[in-house]
Amino acid sequence: MSAHVESGAGPISWLGRAGALLRAREAGLFLLILVVVAVTTVHNHDFVGGQSVQQLLSGAALIALLSVGETLVMVTRNVDLSVGSVLGLSAYVVGDLFRDHHIPVWSGFVIGIAIGAAAGALNGFIVTVLRVPSLVITLAMLYVIRGVDSLMVNGNTIDPSSIPSAFTQVGYRTILGVPWLAIIVAVVVAVVGYTMRSFRSSRELYAIGSNPDAAVLAGVPVGKRVFTSFVISGTLAGLAGTLFLALHAQVDNSAGSGYELTVIAATVVGGVAIFGGSGTVVGAALGALLLNTINQALVASRISAFWNEAIAGALLLAAIGIDRWLSLRMARSLTSAQGAHRDV
Amino acid sequence: MTSDLASVSTSPVSNGATGGPGPRSGRWRRAARRWEAALVLVLVAVVLFGAAESSTFLTPTTFFYLGTDIGYIAIMALPMTLIVMTGEIDLSVASALGLSGAMVGYLWHHGWGIWPAVLVALAVGALGGAINGVLVAKVGLPSIAVTIGTLTLYRGLAEVLLGSLTVPAVGDRPFPTSLTNIGVVPVPGTHMSYSLLFFLILAVVFGILLHATPLGRSLVAIGLQPEAARFVGIRVNRIKLVLYIVSGIMCAFAGILLTLQNASVSYNAGYGLELNVVAIVLFGGVSIFGGRGSILGVVLSVAIVGALEMALTQMNVDPNVQNIVTGVLLLLSVIIPNGGELVRRVRARMRRLTPGS
Amino acid sequence: MPRTRTARRAVAAIGAAALAGAMLTACSSSVKTSADATGSPTSTGIKKGLLVYFIPKDTQNPYEVLADKGGEKALTELGGKVVVSSGTQDTAAAQIPSIQAAIQAHANAIVIAGNDPSALCPTLNQAASAGIAIVSFDSDISCGTSPNHLFINQANTAQVGTSEVDLLAKEIGGKGQVAILSAAASATNQNAWIGYMKQELTKYPNMQLVSTVYGNDDPATSLTVLQGLLSAYPNLRGIISPTTVGISTAAQYLDTHKSLLAHLTLTGLGLPSQMRTYVEDGTVAEFELWNPSNLGYLAGYAAASLASGSASLQTGSTFSGGTLGTYTVLAPSTGTGPSVVLGPPTVFDKSNVNNFNF
Repeated sequence: MSAHVESGAGPISWLGRAGALLRAREAGLFLLILVVVAVTTVHNHDFVGGQSVQQLLSGAALIALLSVGETLVMVTRNVDLSVGSVLGLSAYVVGDLFRDHHIPVWSGFVIGIAIGAAAGALNGFIVTVLRVPSLVITLAMLYVIRGVDSLMVNGNTIDPSSIPSAFTQVGYRTILGVPWLAIIVAVVVAVVGYTMRSFRSSRELYAIGSNPDAAVLAGVPVGKRVFTSFVISGTLAGLAGTLFLALHAQVDNSAGSGYELTVIAATVVGGVAIFGGSGTVVGAALGALLLNTINQALVASRISAFWNEAIAGALLLAAIGIDRWLSLRMARSLTSAQGAHRDV
Repeated sequence: MTSDLASVSTSPVSNGATGGPGPRSGRWRRAARRWEAALVLVLVAVVLFGAAESSTFLTPTTFFYLGTDIGYIAIMALPMTLIVMTGEIDLSVASALGLSGAMVGYLWHHGWGIWPAVLVALAVGALGGAINGVLVAKVGLPSIAVTIGTLTLYRGLAEVLLGSLTVPAVGDRPFPTSLTNIGVVPVPGTHMSYSLLFFLILAVVFGILLHATPLGRSLVAIGLQPEAARFVGIRVNRIKLVLYIVSGIMCAFAGILLTLQNASVSYNAGYGLELNVVAIVLFGGVSIFGGRGSILGVVLSVAIVGALEMALTQMNVDPNVQNIVTGVLLLLSVIIPNGGELVRRVRARMRRLTPGS
Repeated sequence: MPRTRTARRAVAAIGAAALAGAMLTACSSSVKTSADATGSPTSTGIKKGLLVYFIPKDTQNPYEVLADKGGEKALTELGGKVVVSSGTQDTAAAQIPSIQAAIQAHANAIVIAGNDPSALCPTLNQAASAGIAIVSFDSDISCGTSPNHLFINQANTAQVGTSEVDLLAKEIGGKGQVAILSAAASATNQNAWIGYMKQELTKYPNMQLVSTVYGNDDPATSLTVLQGLLSAYPNLRGIISPTTVGISTAAQYLDTHKSLLAHLTLTGLGLPSQMRTYVEDGTVAEFELWNPSNLGYLAGYAAASLASGSASLQTGSTFSGGTLGTYTVLAPSTGTGPSVVLGPPTVFDKSNVNNFNF
């Protein structure tokens, strides 16, 4: 186990150094995004037009949102595989309510978020009270929720004509060229990120992931914290479902299908450790942005469509490897600087 | 996948990291026997259910179809069991299947003979497994992340090989009938399909390996106590590397079987099956934390999942309901074994909460 | 309550299975194989009590759901019964169990939309050997003569390809870069139409096909590849999307980025119910399709006729398509076996898009 020394317990100087290196991590991701954009622009000079940047931001928005919630869960050494199915369920139910019950726009958001929160609470309950491993419960939920969603959809789609245009505006409107979608996600990232750094209750999440037994001994209310992390993950998935509906204005039973693996990939690329204890939501969001940029860059650079997936997979592996190399370097530099024991 | 929250018990001192083999593993062996017994009963229940709801369930044809439908998936579950028992995971199995199948198709399309094509496909599978193994065991990257990456990469390579082509394409030779017959003709003298036969033979091999060899005991040790295992001289990294290579070869074999069974292959063969394989393994009583599980449990799990799917399809139950059932079964498979303990813990928690907090 | 832990766990496990079973019995529609398949034929020569299995790409695809309903209507008219069975993923592996179930239920015919051109052939061949008539629709299968089958083509394949290109050419004045937003890379019907599109494009030397992208019939993927396409070819003049998911995703994007309409035209195959809003506000001028439930209805009649022996796969033979009229079997051509064509595609535009409710 390599050292997980980010924003956790430790003397101020450690914090300062760790903070600086962390900033280097997120900055590194941002740099990588710029590199991808630059390389693609060489092939295709129009890649950096105004439209393209908007597309890059709005295309990554939903996955980034899901990655924020997933980060909270992964930091505590758990995983949430049900996020894609929850997104699909929330998108369909809200769309159905618009179509058949003509609910007001704002309640669409409220209901979507509530559905996500309920699913998250169920996951959290089963993990904390019933002590079911999160991989298993969220995998089971992936099947169950997708199945329930498909039965509800029953072959009907939600069509654009059923959705009030005031609602779909959220999907494409921009302010000063920045899509609303991106702004919403950025706000969520900022709020959650700030909370994670500054509030004791959220920093306890890192403690839980680093060393569950020590956390219990230190009096951390582990159950409550983990439960909350699942509720937040579910809530953000529900919000993402509502935004999906706004963006695409059509939903069938496959909405959100397969997203969970992309989300995990995004968080890992963004520096969130699978084994818990480290990682930031900003990093996860940037990871999502990087993956989407790569996907769009591949299409934009006019490489044959058949190569997209292979290249994406190779880049993902590279990103995971680089992440590991960076964290090893950080651990080594911290160890040598402080002369402290590394906890292996 | 190392221990997550659920390993934290109310008395913090005793958790998965302390204690050694001995009385603990004895207790776990007994728990495994109990789970297998429960699975046998569930299998009987499922068979009775199928027979009651469908007049064509208890027929030799059903048994044959069961083999062709689930045989190749079950083969992938065997190495997955070993990998999960050492505390890792391999999500690239379905993509490795697809890549190897695509390789057979690609070479066949370019005029190769079937046996050389099969050999190359197996080698490709081994290579893919080796990449997983090196990244996980030597470089030390987390297996869930690595295998999500290789899942994408291998499927992508399959797409590069075949594109939108389905082999045999117009102008290609059809695959040799003697081999594609495994999809329509049972093993002579039985009603079993060849895929099921291969699975059973491999299950015996893996079972002996896991339960009756020092290597098998090492696997259990690696899953329970990775550091202690290293200290006693078990070559953890090498074993993990070998396991991933074996997984790659098995998935390649499954891909070849599927290709011959269907007498055709396209790049999306086996798409999405990785989670099915994980579900089968978990339902078979293999602990996601590592160190606990049995091949017999996995075989029973395969039988239950296969029989249930056959029964439900014959009853024309909506496939989404089938998915829900899979999810519920998976849930129950972890809740029930902990049943007694859970009730005790919940009661203890209630008691602690009541004196005003 | 049994006393030992093993027994208690066993009871709990059986209880769980029994509960699951009770749940399933309550919401299943079990198929009892009591179909009286040898009733006396009606005046059209169709036997009564036929059992036809409709096997769509998956049970939730809206286009296929409409087609299956058409098939049910046909069999009801003929005194028979339809069972719709498939999986949840668009793969061959998801459809094979349904074919097997049809064989075991002693169905008289199978109507299938193939997720894969040839992976289904061995199992379908088994069905044919068991005496089941095989009909394909929407997405054909490619099995040669094992088994023989009838393909219900929604429209003349070549005509779909050429008319799509002609529609677009008319709107963009016959020149500029064009692209195709397709479904899955391995979809038989897509590849067949695209082949004819490429051929037709040679008639327009000033139009170049710059790219074909695959949206996999998934709105999110379709959007991503569409955005990539627009980034890659900012001078793109036209997009053909011969898939209802692709065209509605593209239409939604253009509808919310109207500045693109200044130089970009979209057409393809779309459902009037989904495309109505876009035609009315001018985002899309024209698109085409046919009625999916008519397709299923015709497939139902074809299956029933073949199973009753009142139709055959011989070129030139005819059979009744119920209210749709009489249909003639066309000769096989390269890659396609005996087929009938539902009819010419309907072109939808402002003037008629509201007249249809599918």
